[in-house]
Amino acid sequence: MNPFTLHTGTVVAVDRANIDTDAIIPKQFLKLIGRTGFGEFLFNDWRYLENGQPNPDFDLNKPAFKGATILVARNNFGCGSSREHAVWAVAQYGLRVVIAPWRAEAGGARTPGFADIFRNNCVKNGVLTLELSEPEVDRMFGVIQAQPGVTATVDLPQQTLTLHGKPEQSFKFEIDPGVKDYLLRGLDDIALTLEQAAAITAFERRHDVQLATA
Amino acid sequence: MPQAPSTILRAFVLRHPRSLVYFPGAMKQTLYEKIWNRHVVTELADGWTLLFIDRQLVHEVTSPQAFDGLRLAGRKVRHPELTFATLDHNVPTDDQTVIRDPVSKAQIEALRRNCKEFGIRLFDIGTRDIGVVHIVGPELGITLPGTTVVCGDSHTATHGAFGALAHGIGTSEVEHVLATQTLRQQKFKTFRVEYAGRLPPHVTSKDMVLKLIGEIGTAGGTGCVLEFTGAAVRALSMEARMTICNMSIEAGARAGLIAPDETTFQYIAAGDRPFAPRGAALEKCIADWRTLASDPGATYDRTLTIDCDQLAPQVTWGTSPGMVTDVTGVVPALDQVRGYSPADVAAALAYMGLQPGTKLTDIQLDTVFIGSCTNGRIEDLREAAAIFRGRTVATGVRALIVPGSARVKAQAEAEGLDKIFTAAGCEWRYAGCSMCLAMNPDQLKPGERCAATSNRNFEGRQGKGGRTHLVGPAMAAAAAVAGHFVDIRAWK
Repeated sequence: MNPFTLHTGTVVAVDRANIDTDAIIPKQFLKLIGRTGFGEFLFNDWRYLENGQPNPDFDLNKPAFKGATILVARNNFGCGSSREHAVWAVAQYGLRVVIAPWRAEAGGARTPGFADIFRNNCVKNGVLTLELSEPEVDRMFGVIQAQPGVTATVDLPQQTLTLHGKPEQSFKFEIDPGVKDYLLRGLDDIALTLEQAAAITAFERRHDVQLATA
Repeated sequence: MPQAPSTILRAFVLRHPRSLVYFPGAMKQTLYEKIWNRHVVTELADGWTLLFIDRQLVHEVTSPQAFDGLRLAGRKVRHPELTFATLDHNVPTDDQTVIRDPVSKAQIEALRRNCKEFGIRLFDIGTRDIGVVHIVGPELGITLPGTTVVCGDSHTATHGAFGALAHGIGTSEVEHVLATQTLRQQKFKTFRVEYAGRLPPHVTSKDMVLKLIGEIGTAGGTGCVLEFTGAAVRALSMEARMTICNMSIEAGARAGLIAPDETTFQYIAAGDRPFAPRGAALEKCIADWRTLASDPGATYDRTLTIDCDQLAPQVTWGTSPGMVTDVTGVVPALDQVRGYSPADVAAALAYMGLQPGTKLTDIQLDTVFIGSCTNGRIEDLREAAAIFRGRTVATGVRALIVPGSARVKAQAEAEGLDKIFTAAGCEWRYAGCSMCLAMNPDQLKPGERCAATSNRNFEGRQGKGGRTHLVGPAMAAAAAVAGHFVDIRAWK
């Protein structure tokens, strides 16, 4: 996996909440048994017209956002099905960062901006899920609308996002230290776990899996 | 993810034992924590834990890339005996011997090849044990209390009805579990949902879970494990409990749990469940399973109580499971929906072809789908058959009954339910995921409106342009007969 440190790219916005993984990659593309070729089907039903031509009204298809690598959307991004194909579509389209807002709840609690499984799948594929507050995301939407094609830089070690609009503005973001380390180093999960082989074997000796031998 | 308050409190009490006087619940454990603690292989850096996985269920859609990954790295499946595969998403439900779609066929054959190469048991087409992965696990005794269960499928939450910690995972994690039989995990927060009171007649566990999602929203459980408690849950059968846990993911929670009890033990002990322990081994397990329930006084990060005494049948009207209301209600105004912006509601209603103020019972239907891992078990089919008995499907409505597994199909036929369905004019199908996600030929056409017992009403879920309303099985059956939604409680 490619390590993620510093990334600069064009930002594109999809102004919707609760974007589910069925919308990110519709079911007919889940039949592919390879791990590549999903990028062209990202947001398929929104991105293409009935006749298969690109929908000119969908922002990803507009010239200003060509080659965008940072996507910003609304809350609860990636809900629904666990299909990792959704993240493969995101990554293979060329997106390296997805931004969604956390929501402040009564009593100071926060509802995360991303669905758990999607967020987890992103980590495994080197895609950064970046959470900002709702007012911050509102500001980003405003800048993207006023200055289409605006670029941004994500500095993962410093945990900052800088939107290179006029004027430039910076946002701090929080990230789980384990996830940050994983992305920075571009680690291979399985190799890492297999370093614990002795611990796994020891656990297996003392643990009852309750399986009847059928 | 920040640590859960309950975890922080416990760490504090461990460091300062005398503070236990002030936090008497701090060392008491929830069901989730008990299962978690039993499966810790080792603690990793940054608050991550390596967790042992007792069962992995596999289906054809989310596994081929995982097996490819193993081959590329020259790795084996660590525990093929703890790995169980079935074919469900792609299989046709009319004639299972002919798979016309070559891409579906390739995916099915890939799973057959992979199971053979890696020595994994496969419940194949034509065998008595094939079915939807979350129906097969429980009915074969693969799912047991206190175990950890994963599958590359978000509805793995279903198995939590047994007091098993069950998560959906992505394909990278499927590969990780195949190779290591473990997962790298962070502890989730705990969220107790107490269903108080007694369900009125004709109101079901589907209504209980839809009501919850309407209350807390589709991200309300994100980062949490839900535990369902209360008198109304205790009164439910295992089948009905599975329906609630199944849709935990629709509330954003990766797992839902119900403490095992006599109902659970009886389900496991009865019937032909070839992978469940038997005899003395079962007795020993049951004694252990009795200790799993959350300790009285254990603390949760969040709690919520839902009163079931007055609960009405629920119907979704939008494109998110949280867009739901009582069957006696109307399609809401744009600014009257908790958790959704007026723009979200407007987009949903435009897609659904509905106007605010329309009574739900005035919504006319083209299709009715009864099945899926949510409501494709024998009890669901009995509920539907009780409505269809002596009645017929309304003119112009197509009703599809798809059993969740070959065993459910055989049981339904032994009880004569299939005869009731076909006499009413329903199509009686083979087992599969079918129109829940429409990967096989069972799909809605653009603009078609469907009452479905499945779990997601997303745009295009049941076919591009298709419009889905989620309901329970009896509500779906009654809608098929009437041609529109009806309040099942008042229906004659």
